[in-house]
Amino acid sequence: MLTRRTFIHSTSMLAASSALPGYAFAQTPPLRLEITEGVIEPLPFALPTFIAEGGAGDVASDVSRVISADLRGTGLFRQIPQDAYISQVTNFSAPVSYPDWQAINAQALITGAVEQRADGQLVVRFRLFDVFSQAPMGEGLQFVGPADSWRRMAHTVADQVYSRITGEGGYFDTRVAFIAEEGPKNARLKRLAIMDYDGANVQYLTDSRSLVLAPRFSPLGDQILYTSYESGFPQVYLMDVATVQRRPLEAIPGGNMTFSPRFAPDGQTVVLSLEDGGNTDIYSLDLATGTRTRLTQAPSIETGPSFSPEGDRIVFESDRSGNQQIYIMSSSGGEARRISQGTGRYGTPVWSPRGDYIAFTKQEAGRFHIGVMRIDGSEERLLTSSFLDEGPTWAPNGRVIMFTRETPGDDGAPAVYSVDISGRNLQRVATPGMASDPAWSPLQR
Amino acid sequence: MNYSFLRPILRPARMALLIGTLALAACSQGGLNGDDVGAGASGIGSGGAGDPTSPAYFNSVVGDRVLFAVDQSTISSSAQVVLAGQAQWLLANPEFTALIEGHADEQGTREYNLALGARRAASVREYLVSQGVPDSRLRTISYGKERPLQICSNEACYSQNRRSVTVISAGAGV
Repeated sequence: MLTRRTFIHSTSMLAASSALPGYAFAQTPPLRLEITEGVIEPLPFALPTFIAEGGAGDVASDVSRVISADLRGTGLFRQIPQDAYISQVTNFSAPVSYPDWQAINAQALITGAVEQRADGQLVVRFRLFDVFSQAPMGEGLQFVGPADSWRRMAHTVADQVYSRITGEGGYFDTRVAFIAEEGPKNARLKRLAIMDYDGANVQYLTDSRSLVLAPRFSPLGDQILYTSYESGFPQVYLMDVATVQRRPLEAIPGGNMTFSPRFAPDGQTVVLSLEDGGNTDIYSLDLATGTRTRLTQAPSIETGPSFSPEGDRIVFESDRSGNQQIYIMSSSGGEARRISQGTGRYGTPVWSPRGDYIAFTKQEAGRFHIGVMRIDGSEERLLTSSFLDEGPTWAPNGRVIMFTRETPGDDGAPAVYSVDISGRNLQRVATPGMASDPAWSPLQR
Repeated sequence: MNYSFLRPILRPARMALLIGTLALAACSQGGLNGDDVGAGASGIGSGGAGDPTSPAYFNSVVGDRVLFAVDQSTISSSAQVVLAGQAQWLLANPEFTALIEGHADEQGTREYNLALGARRAASVREYLVSQGVPDSRLRTISYGKERPLQICSNEACYSQNRRSVTVISAGAGV
C-alpha cells in the first residue's frame, strides 16, 4: 500500500545539564552556521552511533547513518570519523565530556538512543550539544512511531539538528514526486513515482501505459497534480497520494489540452494552462465549485504559473515579447509585469516557499541553466549549466533546488539533481533509473 | 497566400522505391508515436500504398508530415504543398478522419514545448480547413518534445523532430 502516514509524537525532555553554569567557556559565541554567504568550510560534527535499547541494534545503526547522510548531503557539515572519538557514549543520560569532543575539534555533538519497544513501537531520542560553548543546543527530543517509520524519525532528528545550527527550516523529512523513465529515447515509457527526498522508498503511482508529465504537490503534500495522456489527450489529473485514486481535474470538451498545473497555497485553487485552437492561456480553477476563470488573454503562449507564498500573485512564463520571458501578475489576472531582464529565454518560474526568489530555467546560446532571481528580476544568479537543465523545484526551506538534467545524444538520459541556491553542492539524486520532473513536497506532518 | 493543388500522380516504379523506404523507416522507429502507428502501414496489396484510397498511400505518397523552423509554427511554402495534397486526399476520401500531431525538438522546456506543439498542430489544422477540409474531421494533439522521431542531439535530428504528423484513421467526422 502507498499509505505511509505515520504518527510521530515528539515530547520534550529535560536536557541533561552537564556544563557548569556561568563558567568562563560560556563566553564562546553560540554555534551558528550562516548558509547564505560565500564558500563554507563544512562544520565538523561528532555522531556516535545511537545507543541501542531493547534489541534495536541494527535500527540504531541505520538511524545514525541516515542522520549523518542527511547532514553531510547538505555540503555544510562533515562527520568526524568515529575512530577518532575519545569518549564513548554508552548511556544517553550520562553527562557529556566536552574536552574530549573539543580535543577532536567537533563543533557539534549529536547523541541519541533508539529503543525497540515490546509493542512494536520505535522510540528515537536525541540531544544536540554545542561543544565549544559547553552547552546543549535546545532540548532533547524523543520521537515515537511504528518501527517501519525509522527513516522518517531519522530525517526528523536531522531536520532538528540542521535547523538549530543554521537557523533555517529543515528539509529532510520530505518526499519527491517525479517521473520514472525507461526505454529508448524515441519510445520512452514514463511512470509517476514518489520517493523520500534521499531516494529511499520509491513507489510507482501509475503504470507506463500512458505518458505522464510534471507532477506538483498540494500544500499539504497529500495530493499530486500531473499531466497524463490517459484519455488520449494531455489532461491534468489530481491524485490522492495515500489511496492512489486519481481523477481528471476537469472535463475539458473538444480535446483541448490542459497542462502545467499548480496549487495555490490555500490548496483550494489550481492554476493551469489550457490550450484552445493552438493558443495557450492560464486559467484558475476552484476545486470546490469547479468554476474556471481565465487569467490571461493573449495570442501568445502563457504557461508555467506558480503562486507567491501569500497567494496574491502568480509568476508565469509567456512568449508575448517574441520569446519566453518571466512575468508576474495578480492571482486574479490582469496586467503583468515582466521581470526577466537578461538575454536568452526564461521559463518554468517557481516562486520560493520563502517568497524571496524565483527559480527558473534559462536557455541561452545552446546551453540550459537553472537560476534564481529576486522577485523584481534583480540579482539574477545562474546555479548550473549543461546541455539540458530544466524544471526547478524548491525544498520547503527555500535553500535547495532539485531539477532535471538530461544528457545529449542517442543514449541521452534524464536524471534528478540538486543544488543549493548559492550554486554549491551540485549532486545527483539517487533514483532507480532514469528520472525527470522532480517535485519537492512540503515537510511531512 | 497562393495555395496550389497538386494531385499526386502514380508512377509504379517510384512507388516501389517509396514502399521500400517506408519499410526501412518503420523498422528503425519502433516507437509509440503516430509516426508509425498510423492506420495501415503495410503498403502491399489493397489498402497498401499502391491503393490511392489507403492511409498507407497518404503516408508515403501524399506525405503525412511537415517540418517547422526553430520555435516557429509558420507553414513554409514546401509544407503548403504537402498540406494541399493532404487536403485533397481527405476531400477525396471522406470516410477518413485525421489526428494532427504537433511535435517539438528537445531544445526547449517541457511545458513550453507542449504549447508549441499545439501551435504547430493548430497551424496545420487551419491550413487544411482553408483548403476545404471540414473542421469536424480534424483533431489535434501535442506531444511537445516527448516523442522525437530522430534521437541525435544536433540540427540534423532536431529539424526532423520539429514536425506535424497527420495520422489518418477510418471513421466519418466527429
